Amino acid sequence: MTTGVVEGIPPDPILERREMVQRVARKTLDRRIVVSGAMIGLCGVALVLAVIPLFAILYSLVQKGIHWWSIDFFTKVPQFPSLIDPNDVGGISNAIVGSLVIDGIAALFAIPIGIVAGLFLAESESKLAGLLRTTAEIMTGLPSILLGIFAYQMIVIGFDQWGIKLPGIGFSGIAGSFAIGVLMIPVIMKASETALRGVPSTIREAGLALGARRGVVARKVVIPTALPGLITAVLLALSRAVGETAPILWVIGASTMVELNPKKEMASMPLQIFQSATSPYVALREEAWGIALFLVFVVLVINLGSRLFAAWLQRERR
Amino acid sequence: MADPSTMVRLSTETSDQEGDPRSGPISMRFEDVSVTFNGRTAIRDVHFEVPRNKVTSLIGPSGSGKTTLLRAINRMHDLTKGAVVNGSIRLGETDIYKGGIPATLLRTRVGMVFQRPNPFPTMSIYDNVVSGLRFNGIHKKSVLEEAAESALIGAALWDSVSNRLKAHASTLSGGEQQRLCIARALAVEPEVLLMDEPTSSLDPISMRLIEELVSELKSRVTIVIVTHNMQQAARVSDLCAFFLMGNDRAGEQIEVAATKKLFSEPDDPRTLDYIQGRFG
Repeated sequence: MTTGVVEGIPPDPILERREMVQRVARKTLDRRIVVSGAMIGLCGVALVLAVIPLFAILYSLVQKGIHWWSIDFFTKVPQFPSLIDPNDVGGISNAIVGSLVIDGIAALFAIPIGIVAGLFLAESESKLAGLLRTTAEIMTGLPSILLGIFAYQMIVIGFDQWGIKLPGIGFSGIAGSFAIGVLMIPVIMKASETALRGVPSTIREAGLALGARRGVVARKVVIPTALPGLITAVLLALSRAVGETAPILWVIGASTMVELNPKKEMASMPLQIFQSATSPYVALREEAWGIALFLVFVVLVINLGSRLFAAWLQRERR
Repeated sequence: MADPSTMVRLSTETSDQEGDPRSGPISMRFEDVSVTFNGRTAIRDVHFEVPRNKVTSLIGPSGSGKTTLLRAINRMHDLTKGAVVNGSIRLGETDIYKGGIPATLLRTRVGMVFQRPNPFPTMSIYDNVVSGLRFNGIHKKSVLEEAAESALIGAALWDSVSNRLKAHASTLSGGEQQRLCIARALAVEPEVLLMDEPTSSLDPISMRLIEELVSELKSRVTIVIVTHNMQQAARVSDLCAFFLMGNDRAGEQIEVAATKKLFSEPDDPRTLDYIQGRFG
């Protein structure tokens, strides 16, 4: 092995290049550090810009809404303020119960349909799956008020006017559940497809290679593996549904009583915000902030809860 | 200010495997190196010297910390939260952790080839090879072209790709992709090339090609290679470091010796057990 600089031999291009690369890399390092710092700074600025609306909304909601929270607010039904006490507007227990019932029933049928359809999208390469996927994508983009019209026709007024013996059941909680559920299905479908596709194909193949049928692999391997993602998918769809106003605007009626029967007219939180905010009474209009704050609180709890639960599940598995 | 070691003219003859490879100049020195992840030790007690322009192999069963040690050499653990490297790793005279050298500059001097070929999927063959140069601020066309040709020749890929340099890297076979990754690492002319089981995902013919390449490349660059394949270690390396997992599941250095010696008359009985296939 030769060592030391050997005189009289032409310079080695490799050594020259090594020296040059290290020289240029050193020389440009400061500039690269500045550029990369600036880029990271830009990311930070964009991030701040993106979250400003959220915090601005939260701030004004808390500021104007928190003082409405009281025992009465959660336990009483709404009432018009009297001359004696212009601030006594009752509570929103009817809306809380209504939202629970309406969204609960919606979830009851939307979750299984959405997940099974998502499984089909994830597992099938067929044309039908492609068609279904496109349909789901279009449906998530539909203005949600159209679902309200759909539910109004299908459930509220029925088809008697066309001579078809399918009478509507009138303004009812179930009509709201229908609209909300139809809204949730494509969201759950797309999100569960993503979660299920995240399961590595090697794990799927391991099951198939043991002689299991695809359905069994899906049930025993794929779905359990994707469970944290599926739970997140469902809860995110649910948290979106809880706040939807347009689809239920004219299908659930407007009960001012605590109503548990979904075939009757019901109340719901987003609708209550709308009604309070557009009422002629100042106190009711102010109370809308309190309801909005509670609705946001519920959505945040579902969101954070789903994330924490998914993270916990992920940790348990290790 | 070039490191004085880089001024040494590289030897072009292949070094003989006789005698101790450590008698020549030294490229790197490990002193009491250990790596911990969130307080759990992955490897410890590493202390040996890597001879320049030789191939050093790191062998041992899974969990003995070979890859962890390898990734400490170009500070890939900087990217892992909770990872701490203790002790000193010197490249030439520079302590790579305490010597104040930025990780990006270190990585132009210490290249890496990974277990699976990982060419940049959106780049052509040519763009892949010169990507390291571009990342470091070198954009002059003639320099890039010269470096690309030299690196592709070095990686024994020039003849098969010189007429389709603009083709996508994904059009290459697995073995070719791995040699492309070697060319990409070579193009910045690193002093040390780290290879993390570079043939474990390849077929035997591609594996052979890369092994031959390793033996040829050591005149150009010091090579440290992690391998699970003891025959491979015996075929390509001059120096061999053997690691085992201790009782507390931390890897530790057992023996470092000239490859010939380590595979014929190791000092430690555990080395003998391992190379004879009694465990691991």
